[in-house]
Amino acid sequence: MGLSPARRGPDGPTVVTVACAVLIAGPLLGLPLSFLVAPGALSRFAGYLPEALTATAVLVAGVGLGTLVLGTALALLVSFCDFPGRSWIEWVLVLPLAMPGYVFTLFCLGLDVPGVRSEMGAVAVFTLVLYPYVYLLARASFLSQSRTLLEAARGLGLSRRAAIARVGLPLARPAILGGMALALMEALADFGTVNLLGVRTFTDAIYRTWFIGFDREAAMQLATLLVSVTLTLLVLERLARGRRRYHHQAARGDTVPPIRLHGVAAAAAVAGPLLLVGAVVLAPLAQLGEWSVESIRHGLLAPEFAAAARNSVMLSAMSAVLVPAVAVGLAYGVRSSGSRVAAGAARTATIGYGLPGSVVAVAVIVPLGWVDHRIGDAAGSVLGLDVGLILTGTVIGLFCAYLVRFLALAWGAVETGLLRIPPQLDEAARGLGADRLDVLARVHVPLMRTGLLTAALLVFTEVMKELPATLLLRPLGGDTLAVAVWQATSESLFETAALPALMIVVVGLLPVALMIRLSGRGGAELEAAQGAGSWAEIEREATPA
Amino acid sequence: MTHLRLGGVGKAFGPVRAVYGVTLEVAAGELMAVLGPSGCGKTTLLRLIAGFERPDAGTISVGGTELAGPAVFVGPDKRRVGIVFQDYALFPHLSVLANVAFGLSRHSDEERASVTRRTLELVGLQHKEACHPHELSGGERQRVALARALAPGPQLVLLDEPFSSLDASLRGDLRREVELILRDAGATALLVTHDQEEALSVADRVAVMREGEIVQVGAPQEVYGRPANRWAAGFLGEVNILSGVGRGSGVETELGVFDVGAPIAGTAHVAVRPEQLLLRSDADGNAEVVAREFRGHDVLYRLRHEGGRTVLVQLPSLELHEVGARVFVRPAPDAVTSLVD
Repeated sequence: MGLSPARRGPDGPTVVTVACAVLIAGPLLGLPLSFLVAPGALSRFAGYLPEALTATAVLVAGVGLGTLVLGTALALLVSFCDFPGRSWIEWVLVLPLAMPGYVFTLFCLGLDVPGVRSEMGAVAVFTLVLYPYVYLLARASFLSQSRTLLEAARGLGLSRRAAIARVGLPLARPAILGGMALALMEALADFGTVNLLGVRTFTDAIYRTWFIGFDREAAMQLATLLVSVTLTLLVLERLARGRRRYHHQAARGDTVPPIRLHGVAAAAAVAGPLLLVGAVVLAPLAQLGEWSVESIRHGLLAPEFAAAARNSVMLSAMSAVLVPAVAVGLAYGVRSSGSRVAAGAARTATIGYGLPGSVVAVAVIVPLGWVDHRIGDAAGSVLGLDVGLILTGTVIGLFCAYLVRFLALAWGAVETGLLRIPPQLDEAARGLGADRLDVLARVHVPLMRTGLLTAALLVFTEVMKELPATLLLRPLGGDTLAVAVWQATSESLFETAALPALMIVVVGLLPVALMIRLSGRGGAELEAAQGAGSWAEIEREATPA
Repeated sequence: MTHLRLGGVGKAFGPVRAVYGVTLEVAAGELMAVLGPSGCGKTTLLRLIAGFERPDAGTISVGGTELAGPAVFVGPDKRRVGIVFQDYALFPHLSVLANVAFGLSRHSDEERASVTRRTLELVGLQHKEACHPHELSGGERQRVALARALAPGPQLVLLDEPFSSLDASLRGDLRREVELILRDAGATALLVTHDQEEALSVADRVAVMREGEIVQVGAPQEVYGRPANRWAAGFLGEVNILSGVGRGSGVETELGVFDVGAPIAGTAHVAVRPEQLLLRSDADGNAEVVAREFRGHDVLYRLRHEGGRTVLVQLPSLELHEVGARVFVRPAPDAVTSLVD
C-alpha cells in the first residue's frame, strides 16, 4: 500500500461549509448593494434620516452611560462588599434579562408613568432592562482578578477604595466596555420599545419605509446605515483596548476578601438591588398578572390570542430544532475538514447575531423574493400551476431570518462542546469502523447534549421574544405573542396585551434560571451553557484574545 | 539595631494554626530569609507583617512603631512596607514607568519623576520604561516588581518566593543581582523561600520555620553546620545522624570521634554533613561503596559501613572511587558538628 496522493483543491466538508455560510451570511453582505441598484431611493425618505440619527445618538449616549454606571456600581457592590443575602442578590440582579424592553414599556404605558413617551423615557427603559450585560461581565472580571494585584496596590500606600479605583476598575475596563457594547447593540436592535414610546430611531424608520412607504431599496439603505453604526461601535470598543493586554491570573483560587457592611450600609446594599429588580421584574409581573385576570374575566382577550400562542410555540420549537441542527452541521464541517477557510466561513455565518431583526428581515427578503419569482415562473410555464410565493409568503422566510439572526447562539454552544471532544475520539471511532455520520450521531451529539439543549432553550426563548423580523416577515394572519403584545399596546389595550406578555416573560425566565442553576454547580455544564447565547458573547468579550 | 520585631505572633485559620508564637528580630539593613517547606506558615507570616492578615496574638513593630498588637492594627497602605509578590503582581494596564511610580502618589510630579528614574536605573531597566508587563521577560518583570517596591523608600521590603517562577538557569544570576540591589538601596529585607540554596546563599541570617514555628535562627553557616534538631538538619541538606557516647567535648561513634564544641556526657546523637567525612581506598577498610552520584564539582558516595548502616560522604571530584570498592571512612579533621535530639 502506498501513501494516498496529496489532495488537490478543497475537500467536501469545506465546500459544504462555505456554501452554507454564503447562503446564511450572503444576504447581509448584499445589503450595501442597494445603494448601487437604486442610488436615489433614500432621498425619498430624506426626512427620516436626521431624526433617526439624533434619536440614535441620544439612545447610544444615554443607554451607554446608564448601563455603564448602574451595571458597574452593582458589580462593585456584590464583588467587593459582603452583606446579608449577597449570594442570592448576586443572581436576583440578573433577572431583568428576562424582561423584553417592549413588555416593560407596556407596563410603564399601562401605569401612565409620566415622561416615559420620550427619548429620555426610552433611555431609562433600556438602562433598566439592559444593565445586566455590564453587570455580569464586570462582576466576572472583578471576581477573576488576582488578589495580589489589589494587595500590591495596598502595599504601595493606597486605601481599599483607591486600590479598587486605580487597579480593579482599569483591569475590568475591557469587560465593562464589552458589556456596554452588548447593551448598546441590543438597544440599537430594538424596535418594540422605541416604536411604542414614539422615539423615531433607525429601526422605526426601516419599519415605516417598509410598511408605509413600501420601498424596499430605501429600507435596505437605512438598514445598511444602521449596521454601520453597530459595526462602528464594535470597532471603537476594540480600539479602546489599545495595545494593553490584560492577564487575568486568578491566583490559586485566591479571591479578594470582601468588606463586611454593617448597619445602614448593609440595609442599603440589600434594599437597593431588591427595589430595582422589584420595579423592573416583580412589579410588572404582578401587574401583568392582574391585567391578565381582568382580560379573561371581561372577555378582553384578542380573538386571535389562541392562534398567536400556537404560532409562537410552533415557530420557537421548530427554530429550536432547526438552528442548532444547522450549527452542528457547520461545526462538524469545520471539524472534519480542519481547514481555516471552513472555520472562517462558519464564523462569518454567525454575523447576524447582534444585528437588528429588522435589518435581517430586510436583508433576507430580497433574495428570497427573487427565488420565489423564479420558482413561480418555472411552475407556471412548465406545470401551468400558480404556486404563489412559497418562500416569502410562508413561514419559510421567517425561519431563514431566525436562522441568520440566531445561528450564533447555537454556534457558541456547539463549538465549545466540540472543542472539548479530543480528536483522538473521532479517530478511535473511525478506526472501529464508524463513518463520519456515525461519529456525529454516536459520539459527538451524545457528548454535546447539554450544550445542544442549552442552545435549543436559548433559541426557543429568543424566537418567542423576537418582534421586528417577525413583524416584517410574518405571513398574512400569522401573528405571534410578541406581535400581539405590540399591536395591543400600540392601541393602548393594555389588558389585552397582558396575558401574551406574561407568557413571554415567564418563558424568558427559563434560560436565566438555567444559568443561575448551572453557575451554582460550575464545571463543564456551565461552560457548555456559557458557550451559548449572550452568555457566550459575554464570555468572549470578557477575555480578549 | 533591631528594625523589625515580632513578639509571640500567632495566627490561626479556623482549626489550622498557621503561625504560632513567632518571635524574630531583624536588624536595620539586614537581609533575613525565612526558610521552610511549603505549608509551614511562612507566607502567612509575611502577610501578617505586610498587614494583609491580622494576628490573633503577639505584636509586630517596625522601626520602633507598633503596627499590629492587641489594641493596634495599621492597614497595609499605612505601613510603608514594600512587597515583591511571588507572581510579581505587576499592574498589566500600566507601563513599567507607571508601575514603578504607582506608590509615589503623595510626591510632587518632579520628585516622582526623579525617584522613578533613579529606581529604574538601580534595577537597570531605564530603557524599558515604556513597555507593558507582558512585553518583558521573567527576569525583567521581577526587577520591575523590585523597583516598584523600593521606589517609595519603604522601611522594610518583603519578598515572597521571589525566584520561584524563574527558570533555574536565570535564578542564580538574579539572586545575586537582587541581593546587590537591596544592599545598594540599604534596605532591610525579609525573604520567604522553600529553597535551601537560595536562603543560604543570599541571606545574612536564616530563620528556619516548621509547622508555624521558628525552629532556629542564625547565620547560614550556623544553621547548616549546627542544625538545632534532627528535622532542621535533614531539611537543610544531606546529613548522617550518628549515635555515640559523650567523651570530653566530643562524641565517640562507630566512625570515630566528632567534636561538638562543648563538654558532653552520656548517649548522644550528632548530625554529620557528608562533607565532614573523608574516605580513602583501603582493601581492609570499614565500608563499601554502594552508589556514586557524580555532580560535577563534587561526588556523593553512598557507603555501607561494616556496622550495617548507610553513610553519605561528599568529596571533591578530583579522585573517584568505584562502586563496590572497599574504603576507609573517618571524620574530617577540624569538623565541628552539632548534637541533635
